[in-house]
Amino acid sequence: MPHAAIIYDAVRTPRGKGKADGSLHSVKPVRLIADLLGELQTRHDLDTSRVSDVVLGCGQAIGEQGGAIGKSAALLAGWDDSVAGCQVDRFCGSGLESVNMAAARIMSGMDDLMVAGGVESMSRIPMGSAGGALFFDSELMTKVGFVSQGVSADLIATLGGYSREDVDAFALGSQQKAAAARDAGYFARSVIAARDAAGQVVLDHDEFIKPSTTLEGLGGLRPSFAKMGEMGMNAVCLAKYPQVSAINHVHTAGNSSGVVDGASAVLIGSEAIGRDLGLTPRGRIVAMATVSTEPTIMLAAPAPAVRKLLGRVDLTIDDIDLFEVNEAFASVVLRFRDELNVPEEKINVNGGAIAMGHPIGATGGMLVGTILDELERRRLKRGVCVLCIGGGMGVATLIERV
Amino acid sequence: MKNATYDIRPGGAALVTINMEGAPVNVMNDAFTAMLDEILARLEADKDVISGVILTSGKSTFVAGGDVAKILELRAQGAEAGYAFVQGLKAQLRRFETLGRPVVAALNGSALGGGLELALAAHHRIALDDGKSQFGFPEVGLGILPAGGGIVRTVRLLGLMKALPLLTEGRRLKPAQALAEGLVDELAATPDDLIARSEAWIAANASPIQPWDRKGWSIPGGDMFAPANAGAMAMFPSMIFKKTKGLLPAAERILGVAAESTQVGFEAACEIESRGFCDLLMTPAAENLIRTMFVQMNEISSGASRPAFKEKSRIAVVGILGAGMMGRGIAHSSAVAGIKVILKDLTLEAAEKGKAYSQALLDKEIAKGRRTVEERDAILDRITPTADMADLAECNLVVEAVFEDVGLKQGIVRDVEAVLPEGAIVATNTSTLPISMLSQASKRPGDFIGLHFFSPVDRMHIVEIITGEATSPETLARAYDFVQQIKKTPIIVNDSRGFFTSRVFSVFADEGDRLLKDGVNPTVIENLAKQIGMPVGPLAVQDEVMMDMLLRSFKTNQALDAELGDAYARTYEVCGELCELMSSRGRPGRSAGAGFYDYAADGSKALWPGLEALFGGDVEMPLDDIRDRLMFRMVVEAARCLDEGVISNVRDGNIGSILAFGFPVHTGGVYQFVQSLGVERFVERAEALASTYGERFAAPAGFGATLERASQAKLAA
Repeated sequence: MPHAAIIYDAVRTPRGKGKADGSLHSVKPVRLIADLLGELQTRHDLDTSRVSDVVLGCGQAIGEQGGAIGKSAALLAGWDDSVAGCQVDRFCGSGLESVNMAAARIMSGMDDLMVAGGVESMSRIPMGSAGGALFFDSELMTKVGFVSQGVSADLIATLGGYSREDVDAFALGSQQKAAAARDAGYFARSVIAARDAAGQVVLDHDEFIKPSTTLEGLGGLRPSFAKMGEMGMNAVCLAKYPQVSAINHVHTAGNSSGVVDGASAVLIGSEAIGRDLGLTPRGRIVAMATVSTEPTIMLAAPAPAVRKLLGRVDLTIDDIDLFEVNEAFASVVLRFRDELNVPEEKINVNGGAIAMGHPIGATGGMLVGTILDELERRRLKRGVCVLCIGGGMGVATLIERV
Repeated sequence: MKNATYDIRPGGAALVTINMEGAPVNVMNDAFTAMLDEILARLEADKDVISGVILTSGKSTFVAGGDVAKILELRAQGAEAGYAFVQGLKAQLRRFETLGRPVVAALNGSALGGGLELALAAHHRIALDDGKSQFGFPEVGLGILPAGGGIVRTVRLLGLMKALPLLTEGRRLKPAQALAEGLVDELAATPDDLIARSEAWIAANASPIQPWDRKGWSIPGGDMFAPANAGAMAMFPSMIFKKTKGLLPAAERILGVAAESTQVGFEAACEIESRGFCDLLMTPAAENLIRTMFVQMNEISSGASRPAFKEKSRIAVVGILGAGMMGRGIAHSSAVAGIKVILKDLTLEAAEKGKAYSQALLDKEIAKGRRTVEERDAILDRITPTADMADLAECNLVVEAVFEDVGLKQGIVRDVEAVLPEGAIVATNTSTLPISMLSQASKRPGDFIGLHFFSPVDRMHIVEIITGEATSPETLARAYDFVQQIKKTPIIVNDSRGFFTSRVFSVFADEGDRLLKDGVNPTVIENLAKQIGMPVGPLAVQDEVMMDMLLRSFKTNQALDAELGDAYARTYEVCGELCELMSSRGRPGRSAGAGFYDYAADGSKALWPGLEALFGGDVEMPLDDIRDRLMFRMVVEAARCLDEGVISNVRDGNIGSILAFGFPVHTGGVYQFVQSLGVERFVERAEALASTYGERFAAPAGFGATLERASQAKLAA
């Protein structure tokens, strides 16, 4: 690459419960992300006129989240008029897709400093609000054999032989690791408290984590997708996977990603601009990959994405120190682990979206900050962030600590 | 003006009475649309002198829908012809609704399909509450969709959630139900009341405008993306897929048109509907469904294969020999149809048990509100259980349903003939024993015939009539009439080993077992059988029927083969082999809790893991080969039946295969499958399968010509 894409910082809001009683429900989405831009500006005494673009992922880009929210955010944050902004939609991978897009622009030498990340207020603009042919157009849904992502996750569990106990155990691990990391202050540098205009704290911690989770408690939860499976989605799965006799519905609210509100912002630039502005490099985006795979099973792209990613730069799983594999559903991570033979101790070491929640468009940017913090804490070198995505897509990024 | 009358009522309303000449019901075709043109021209000319319009019918039904002959004609002409016709019809209906005068549809009888669409273009619908008229959209069952604005108007009138079940399920509603659903606005008690109410509405609503033509109107319940609809809209495609396996495109297309109609204006919605119609019109499924389920089914109902004896006969008293599973079911269906039944078994107790089965069925119907106590008692009164053969002396027809044993059956034929009057028909419900062999015991083999019922008799509509060598045409005609009298569908089959339905269905089970022996994963076998449209996989179906029973009849067939010099049992010898294997392991099937599947107490089932040790199950076979082996095995066997003269006309095989064992309806039945695919492509694929997998796939020589001959529709005089 002619130019390195340097990560200068990565910040995120705490994740609020994505319902009307969530702590961030009273904060409009453009404010959530604008305040993160403000934090970047303050922390680094940033001359915002040097930032060319704010690229933000958002899965439901309508209403309060509509209209190229990246530009709205830059304006609300009072950044220089010269800062452009836009919105990216690759469903759950939007945040990481934004990071990759920004990195590519830096690597190409066409831009010097950008912000990437995402925002999603699932409490104010729920999933499904923005429609979409893949989820509502019956011709398309029939043609591809569409099933809802929870059923896909159950299909993955069925094919992989992951039992209810397996996925619940994974979920428990996520809760325990997230609680421990939060309490130990591992997130302190990157999680920026959300405040109101008077400066009062609205939320300063990831409130979705449930430290008192037990295996028994998880075991008592109802399978969330059994009914929709029985009504027809199981038949769709079996049509494409005739070696499966029945779908084992193992996913529940307890072992699936949480619905939350949140935003993320990653400051990415060239080495030159960092020197110019006195910014300290933290990491480097080394490679990225976007893949797409079979849409019915939908969530099986993380392994192919990472295979493509590592293939680009001639590295192996052994060369990677940490993985952040978005916990859309427990079986997604278990399949990734088994498909690539990744040692468990490298995966989601500080918990994941099952415990902390998955604010759709923002999560990718959050994973970058999370993995960078931990690479620094442990003085390790390489981390891979990867997310499964609707439609069968996957997106991955390789980061090196500098 | 022919085909309709036009009278101005004293109150000023124009009463239009549709009455298509030379047709028992009003159906929409070129003559109908020409009539509408004339009516509309007069209405538009009289607009300033009339107070409104009452649309009604001079027949006992209102308008029964599109003329199927016209639909087939449009299909033959192509999509453009289809588009022009439905757009033309839509334009006419639009003229009613934008006339500027109140239009009332006075529904004096059933309004189905296009008839209901005509009614929806009126501003107000009143139905005669006769308790039997039907309202609905049957188009989905013919593989097409309502193209006279039915989707557009129903969605705009009722909203997506209420409209979709009506449009996609083909349900026919009675007047009270139609009122409850909102398809009609009012009910009338009598024909006079119907007209009076129509006039009253016209007087009170001088300037009506359809809801969708009003400013500021929006679709009730919101569009396809409205949060209240989103959950259901996300589920509908897979719910439809579960039923259709993607083999019948109509329901999904109706869903798509209905959803899209909420995103665009009225005109564009109409266009989307018309284009959707054309697309479906040209599908093979539409041709197959129309040909078999409508045209050929009507031929059977109107007795196309029935020998031409003018008088339709009725059975007054039927005797049933054997009150077991089949006998009691035949007794029940007969009694429900109003026939007196003498139900005989070896003991009175056994005969009474057979009658008690009827009571139990009727009590269940009472609990569901589908039967009154009086009706139940009247039906049960018709059944006389007995152990005395002499009680059958007054029977016009006897059906023997005793154990499948030649000696036993022949004995009972002799016994019953001894008491029967001259001219009484003796019918056997045998599923395996040759009619001609059994008829040897009869003194009057001309009056002897096979009537093969299916289990459970009360729910299986089909009866396979099997003519023996000596069976007279009159007996066949009377047997045909009896089947129709008990409201079932007759197919006619000539006596031969396995007749038609058992012979063709057995090879489905046999091929499934062969695939299992070939080492194909049993889960894949079962799933692919469903993918081709079979309701149940070959392994599950053997469990349902019970393999010990199948084995018994297989051995009977082997014994008969030895006696008669036939090779019938060989056609399903692997099935016989596996029935023996599984039965000997104490796994005969579902009612034993174990067969190919293990059956749990909660009603669930899972394939027996022991199959792996017996057969392996990791052999890779192209999925298309597995699917085609299952499908073509049945079709080739059916082709042989036609070739050998077991079946004389395609309709009997098509309807028989669909109704008796669930042959995929989208194909139109075993013979329509070949015609739709094309004989050449069929023979080519059959030969490819034969060369890879065995001679059982070889189509009979000259099959194209055989098929052509057997397709000649021949309506009885």
